[in-house]
Amino acid sequence: MTDTFTMDSPQPRLLDQTGQGVVGTPMNRPDGPHKVSGRASYTADTVMDNVLHGVLVRATIARGKITGIDRDSIRSIQGVIDVITDQRMIRNPAQGMAGEAPVQPGDAVYYHGQPIALVVAETFEGARDAAQRLNIRYETEKAYVTPEGTPDREVADPETAGDFDAAWKAAEVRVDQKYTTPSHAAAAMEPHAAIADWKDGSVTLRSSLQMIRFNKKELADTLGIEPAQVRILAPFVGGGFGSKLGLGPEAAAAAIASQKLGRPVRVVMTRQTVFDCVLRRSETAQRVRIGATQDGRITAISHDDTVSNLDGEGFSEPVSQASQFLYGADGLSFTQTVARIAATPAGSVRAPGEAVGMLGFESAMDELADSLGIDPVELRLRNLPDTHPMDGREFSVRGLADCLREGAEQFGWAQRGTAGTRREGDWLIGMGMASAARSSMLVKSAARVRLTGDRAVVETDMTDIGTGTYAILAQIAAEMLGLSPDNVEVRLGNSDLPGASGSGGSFGANSAGSATFLAARKIRARLAEQLGCSEDDLTLQGGRARGGNREMALTDLARDEMQAEATIESGMTAKSHFSSGFGAHFAEVAVNEWTGEVRVRRMLGVMSMGRILNEKTARSQALGGMIWGIGAALTEDMQSDRRDGHVVTRDLANYHVPSHADVPGDMQVLFLEERDDWANPIQTKGIGELGISGAGAAVLNAIAHATGKRIYDFPALPDRVIAAMEAAL
Amino acid sequence: MRPFDYFRATATGDAAMASGQIIAGGTNLLDLMKIQVVNPETLVDITRIEGLSEIVCHGDGLRIGALVTNTALAHDTRVRAGWPLLSRAILAGASAQIRNKATTGGNLLQRTRCPYFYDTSQPCNKRTPGEGCAAQGGSGRMLAIFGTSEHCLAAHPSDMAVALTALQAEVEIRARKGDLRRIPIQQLYREPGDRPDRDTVLEAGDIITAVILPAPLIGSRQVYRKVRDRASYAFGLVSVAAAIEMEGDTIMRAHLSYGSVAPHPWTDDAVAEMLEGQAASDALFANVADALISEGAPHPDTEYKRTLLRRTFIATLRQLTVLADRSGTDIARTQA
Amino acid sequence: MKTILTVNGKQHEVGHDSRRTLLDTLRDDLGLQGTKKGCDHGQCGACTVLLNGERVNSCLCLTAMHEGDEITTIEGIGSPERLSALQKAFVEKDGYQCGYCTPGQIMSATAMLKEISEGAPSYVSDDLGAPHLSDEEMAERMSGNLCRCSAYPLIREAIAMAAEVKK
Repeated sequence: MTDTFTMDSPQPRLLDQTGQGVVGTPMNRPDGPHKVSGRASYTADTVMDNVLHGVLVRATIARGKITGIDRDSIRSIQGVIDVITDQRMIRNPAQGMAGEAPVQPGDAVYYHGQPIALVVAETFEGARDAAQRLNIRYETEKAYVTPEGTPDREVADPETAGDFDAAWKAAEVRVDQKYTTPSHAAAAMEPHAAIADWKDGSVTLRSSLQMIRFNKKELADTLGIEPAQVRILAPFVGGGFGSKLGLGPEAAAAAIASQKLGRPVRVVMTRQTVFDCVLRRSETAQRVRIGATQDGRITAISHDDTVSNLDGEGFSEPVSQASQFLYGADGLSFTQTVARIAATPAGSVRAPGEAVGMLGFESAMDELADSLGIDPVELRLRNLPDTHPMDGREFSVRGLADCLREGAEQFGWAQRGTAGTRREGDWLIGMGMASAARSSMLVKSAARVRLTGDRAVVETDMTDIGTGTYAILAQIAAEMLGLSPDNVEVRLGNSDLPGASGSGGSFGANSAGSATFLAARKIRARLAEQLGCSEDDLTLQGGRARGGNREMALTDLARDEMQAEATIESGMTAKSHFSSGFGAHFAEVAVNEWTGEVRVRRMLGVMSMGRILNEKTARSQALGGMIWGIGAALTEDMQSDRRDGHVVTRDLANYHVPSHADVPGDMQVLFLEERDDWANPIQTKGIGELGISGAGAAVLNAIAHATGKRIYDFPALPDRVIAAMEAAL
Repeated sequence: MRPFDYFRATATGDAAMASGQIIAGGTNLLDLMKIQVVNPETLVDITRIEGLSEIVCHGDGLRIGALVTNTALAHDTRVRAGWPLLSRAILAGASAQIRNKATTGGNLLQRTRCPYFYDTSQPCNKRTPGEGCAAQGGSGRMLAIFGTSEHCLAAHPSDMAVALTALQAEVEIRARKGDLRRIPIQQLYREPGDRPDRDTVLEAGDIITAVILPAPLIGSRQVYRKVRDRASYAFGLVSVAAAIEMEGDTIMRAHLSYGSVAPHPWTDDAVAEMLEGQAASDALFANVADALISEGAPHPDTEYKRTLLRRTFIATLRQLTVLADRSGTDIARTQA
Repeated sequence: MKTILTVNGKQHEVGHDSRRTLLDTLRDDLGLQGTKKGCDHGQCGACTVLLNGERVNSCLCLTAMHEGDEITTIEGIGSPERLSALQKAFVEKDGYQCGYCTPGQIMSATAMLKEISEGAPSYVSDDLGAPHLSDEEMAERMSGNLCRCSAYPLIREAIAMAAEVKK
């Protein structure tokens, strides 16, 4: 069985001493050929005999009770089998790492768009038709659907360090600004999907999920069965970005329907349903106050916010997360208000907190730099705190200053010039920058490694949601065992395998990677023993083992399968040291002085995020995040109706994720060499979310530089840019 | 989508056309059928009808068959040379995939993209007259600012139709009994009034068979300028289609139409009159632009469209009349 | 009802509901799950296939309307063992992440390269008469294919790489 390794002290950098030389290389993804040829199997791609098709029905009132479902209204529709309503159905997806059922609403309606029934038919066409024609009767109740309008507000106690009020009062220069950001949708390209198959008292669920270990418990709790009766499969996930952290209504409904009907049931959300009921990123209203001395020393920082969520949801967008440790001050204060509204619930969407909080905070920093007449890069460099400003923890390793300097150099920041002075035809050109920060975590995770001869298998219920898990786990195992990565098979997304952290919070590679490393290290120990040398003396390379003046091929040394399982969890180092990825984003934009259109012309992100396990997939993650930053800055704007709270922009024509044309070819990423000894035994930090954190602010600051005028309500849609420019005239 | 009988027509006179819902490219109709906004009992596929897919010379102009795809029309070498505004407008719309499927007739007849029209949980007079309009008081960024009624604020989303309007194209319609009639494109569309469900003057059994382009505006400068919330693959916030004929600094003729601001491609004769015979100048354009947007917006969320249209109009005319530096602009000039 | 289609060079007679889209026929009747459903409304491009050689959204095609038509799906472009130049370039450049939009991107890019070689213009072509293969042109022409992982710059690098190979 497995014993648990707790991260209590810095670990030796074994991956720098091993000889295979594959960790860190830009290796192609082993799953790539399957993806590019359409052979990678996502949830809805599974072909099953006798499968039934289910389509979810949504509530069309903001709050109240279902008083009747008129099954007769669809009885005549060909192929309709059943309308499933059940006390076990769930109101919305589980929050990340919940490990238990979300609210099971019975006949209560909490928001417009809530899934309230599943219509099951022999064909997809029949189920879709009937789901739309099903007549539901309601009793409506008063509902508050906007954060501004609801009386139900929870104000948290301020999180503070030092005396903010005194520091603010004493500040020589002050920036005090309000910002708003709208709700955002994760909008993964693969809609949420599930195929459930009950057999002999157990359910096998194929579903597009990020965290199998937790999802298994969530489904068991939802259905009122034991986790042992649940099997979940998710070998390929078509994007998650937080939206597939928790078990979803489609999965619960499919499982319930399959149990009742004795046949496999497939439920794929329509794109509109994804917008209606999958957890959104909350809209935010932010107030940022930064005070400083004339010479540019920050003395006071406050970042207060209001976010929203549905009653019963524990999550609230942690808007000021990065504002609490990026810069030091004599006094800091952060207060959050949660407005309870009857609307699509909120949850984690890529870099919850930083993705929107840093738009406001880093815009305010830019404005402070303007007010002080200090270069924005220089202002940041002058204010890096020695320790975590809120709790005094040491930074494990912080490359922020190097990122800022290197980025400024590489981007040509010195040529930036005065705001509002550069133009090309009708286009005003500007440059902006922002810091990047996203805290890094280690979450309990297990993996098993099996070695037979010169071939290894890595097994864990970890997922690859596009992040490159298949690649990096193969690289880690190959590095540790001295194998070509081609000789390592990685098996993921299966709840029968050792339970991993899952993909979320940028902790997947740290956690599942470390578990794989530790399991492989156990095999190394056994190989050393068999070879008759000490572990330190063992070299594994090219399928051969050397040590103690002996050398053997692994095909001889490991003729019988060697198997090891390891579990890692966070320990003392997380209490003594604060681990975070850092970076600096730079952007150049063109703003049309007539139409207010903004085009990003180039971007550079310089990041220090611990050891890079795969230079290629890491770059992709960073780039993707930066482009999400472009989306948050310029295009993404989820609108809800101010009367019934329903999502108005409920498809991909109305909710504008960036398209190819919104993204320039000149998008550069630079990684600074770094090892985080305090983070985990492979010295990595989270990667998936640092790219977005601050990227949008760099774009917005570039708009301010191009136009000489600032925008405070994001995204910077053409009309808002015009309004800002006209105010300047 | 509700069950329907599928019927493949082979000639424009096929009987089923009189009562059935015609489908060609289907790029908007299938959207609407999937969400049960349109629920035909009979679907008549006209894509196999011969003789509707050609672009042929018609005097000095062109006759464009109703089934000519957006791609074929935008790519046609004659259109690119003689009516670049039309090519540009089509290429500004949708995606390459959709343009390969969408047809000339279908593009003209596509429905609004007002999100309340697409959501059957919301009352909509365009779906069901008399039901009410949820867009009023709702979220209205994409709504129209001109030509609306108290019953409907929806905007027509076509780019192609805006260019065709500026170019004064005509629409050829075949009635049920076979007689052909031709009307200026502006007359195809109805004001919404209290029947916003009826977008056009087409009667049951009518089918658009062609669009007729008049002779090219030799020597004119042409631009289709579309502003949207992302750089591509998005419906317009406002657009300006302009073909300007000049002699020296003087604007001789101005052919203008505006998209995404009304239930149909918007035109304003007074604007053209104010421009014609005048020397191009910033002061002139500012004055004319003010006249163009003198009407107030019927929904607070579209107030911005007045400003945006004003500025886009000025920018477009500046481009065409070389007041502006042309770098980074989108300009096409007809070839003599 | 029944419709005869030629898919990846092979003729099929499929029985189907009149409402069936080409996308659902390909995926659920012919077992060609490489073509993906991302929105079912022509708003994402994940379902892109070649219809008689031209790229279309298969979610906006009724199967019934395609009697006798020739369709090429991602499975007809290459297999994991025999990838096309474009597919290889996507792997090499990491022109994807989750992979869900990838078949659509590759089908779309396959058609786009042909369109440019035939002189087809785009909204961003300076000269409607003579477009050329630039990053800006590729970006505009590929905008009907959304990628939420946002591999866009790498997708275009991959396309440029494949176009270079073909030369």
